[in-house]
Amino acid sequence: MRHLLSIEDLTRDDIERILDRAAAFEEVSHRDIKKVPALRGRTVLNLFYEASTRTRSSFELAAKRLSADVVNFAASGSSVEKGESLKDTVLTLAAHSPDAIVIRTPYAGAAALVTSWTTAAIVNAGDGKHEHPTQALLDVHTLRQKLGSLEGRNIWIVGDVAHSRVARSNILAFQKMGADVTVCGPPTLIPRGIEALGCAVRYDLRQLREADVVYALRMQHERMDQHFVPSLREYAANYQINGRRLGPRQVLMHPGPVNRGVELSGEVVDSPQAVITMQVKSGVVVRMAVLYEVLVGTRDERNSPRPTERQLA
Amino acid sequence: MTPHEPLNTADGDGVRLVCAPARPADLLLRNVRALDPRASLDGLYDVVVRAGEIAELGPAGTLSAPAAAETVEGDGRHLFPAFVDPHVHLRTPGQEHKEDLETGTRAAAAGGYCAVIAMPNTAPVVDSAPILGALLDAAAREARVPVGFMPAITRGLQGSELTEMAELRALGAAGFTDDGRPVADAGVFRRALQYQRLCGGVLALHEEDPSLSGHGAMHEGVVSALLGVAGIPSVSESTMIARDCALAEYEQARIHIQHLSARESVAVVAAAKTRGVAVTCEVSPHHLTMTDEDVRGLDPRRKMNPPLRSEEDRQALIEGLRSGVIDCIATDHAPHARDEKEVPFERAPMGTTGLETAFAAIYTDLVLPGILPLDLVVEKLTAGLGLLDLVVPAIAVGQPANLVLVDLDAEWVVGESGYESRSENCCFADRTVRGRVLLTVAAGVGAYRERSTILSVPHVTSEGQSVQ
Repeated sequence: MRHLLSIEDLTRDDIERILDRAAAFEEVSHRDIKKVPALRGRTVLNLFYEASTRTRSSFELAAKRLSADVVNFAASGSSVEKGESLKDTVLTLAAHSPDAIVIRTPYAGAAALVTSWTTAAIVNAGDGKHEHPTQALLDVHTLRQKLGSLEGRNIWIVGDVAHSRVARSNILAFQKMGADVTVCGPPTLIPRGIEALGCAVRYDLRQLREADVVYALRMQHERMDQHFVPSLREYAANYQINGRRLGPRQVLMHPGPVNRGVELSGEVVDSPQAVITMQVKSGVVVRMAVLYEVLVGTRDERNSPRPTERQLA
Repeated sequence: MTPHEPLNTADGDGVRLVCAPARPADLLLRNVRALDPRASLDGLYDVVVRAGEIAELGPAGTLSAPAAAETVEGDGRHLFPAFVDPHVHLRTPGQEHKEDLETGTRAAAAGGYCAVIAMPNTAPVVDSAPILGALLDAAAREARVPVGFMPAITRGLQGSELTEMAELRALGAAGFTDDGRPVADAGVFRRALQYQRLCGGVLALHEEDPSLSGHGAMHEGVVSALLGVAGIPSVSESTMIARDCALAEYEQARIHIQHLSARESVAVVAAAKTRGVAVTCEVSPHHLTMTDEDVRGLDPRRKMNPPLRSEEDRQALIEGLRSGVIDCIATDHAPHARDEKEVPFERAPMGTTGLETAFAAIYTDLVLPGILPLDLVVEKLTAGLGLLDLVVPAIAVGQPANLVLVDLDAEWVVGESGYESRSENCCFADRTVRGRVLLTVAAGVGAYRERSTILSVPHVTSEGQSVQ
């Protein structure tokens, strides 16, 4: 695989191959010296147009544990703030010959667009409200560790689905792994047409008990300014996952950072059912596997060389 | 009035369509398949153009070239009345890096157009007599085909104060429009309708409700849900059309709805026409041939406003052409510079170029598969000026020569040899299409000639010597 742009592009086999490798990398995280030489001499460039501490540092750790050199390029304080276009920024950075560019932007399709401007492997770390494929992969990895298999499992994704790239990637990834997905949230935050992705749609939590896994989405405060819901209080009253609503055998997930008291009550965040820190931990090994996949790949793909600069032009 | 008579009326007399002076054509178009649906003309003819006017029309093989005239061998290829476009963006003044009067009208001629009407959303906005006057003067120097201008309904397209419509009209305004934006304030729009009684001029309307469109970048539907791109719902357009039809009915005014995109909109216009509202409307080639499925790859060239909608919407637009609810085809030719469009989809400006591809796109996708008859398409491509009370091009003796010669069998790839337009943001780029414009005569002047096809025999002087 040359790039990781979306879950939509992946087959179940692709996902399993990447996650099997992630499982193999788990062992590295338990060593005293947490480093293997798999990507020694390779350069990974983190290009983040949106504030991100978790995802960026997770990618940085993943690259470093594989012995790659990492350069972080944040949009604030850079030429981007001086008005440089995405294309010019990418062309400038590509002149340093990075082997991979990890990119997050507020715009759908931007990661795919960048592939036409550089020979580097592109990893999408979030493109607008479109996809966040490594988040979905780490979530599947976490569930495989927790439950063994997703086959036939019932997963509810609860909250602001309309503005969530995590929801979009996870609906696709969970289904590809054999799970049944239900999305649930205020009608103003469920996009028209989402059921075409194959998920069920609910507007209340009455049937939540049927879920094996409850995946709560972050309720972003800026949505309040746009009046998608009347108040956070009313949102919490209807959609908060709390001790009363969460069953004892249900697994609770959240992409972080959590708004305690809004989408999740403090008690469930601290409960043993919550796998939120396990998700963060999975992030590093899954991103190691993703970087390995796009930079070293499988035997088959080593035979198909990357395009040269000339071919791209 | 016979169908092919000019539609000039007292109202339209003041409209100025302007182009640079050029030598009127003297031509013999030999053995062409002349098709003019309004004149019920369809057959093999010879057409003689003398001093820019259609002088003779006779059965193929019966006419000879006048002295010093060029002979064009039609070989049975189709000759239509040239197309007219009531909705193009020529970007002058202020955005000449995208297009100007010369490149825009060159693109028009290359697409078979003999007249276009330019929109006022330029920098500055065409909202005062001095700006309109300067534009008309510029067109008289630069335009390859006649251009008319529609100034703004409201100053600066701000939607609050009316422009000096009477003065603009006296100077030759083809009508008025805030294209690119709706006149969102119903009270302001009502005053514009009332003012039409003084100054005349159709109000051409870009219909959407800004509060429903929000920050939408594509059609709201299954594809936008999958892509996570904010949607523009169909009802943003149709509810505004319903409002404006009701206001036009109340004020007995004339309106023209630009670029219909949704099936709900077709239904609203049909109902208004049944009630007797003086409303006309247009549809663009891209809305007739593409849907939101074509936006899955997030190619910014396929981002336009209104957006490409669903297959049901596309079918309703095609049916609207058949039933007569939709009066004409207009391209909404909207050039943007390459670096403006080479950005993520949600960041890209709205618009696609269209003048050079309109006929081929529609012919390939709708006529060849038998969805629409050729004569209907020709009629709808030539009807736009009639809505402004201007002359509709016709193939008839005594008419100014507004003609387009087309090779329906010629296959080409859009963009393979560049564009006449300064911009290349064409939503049909890289598509293989059929139907190529070979020759355009606009207002009696040869405006375009396709270079790779040898059509003509050399001029022959009275002494029998060949002239280069």
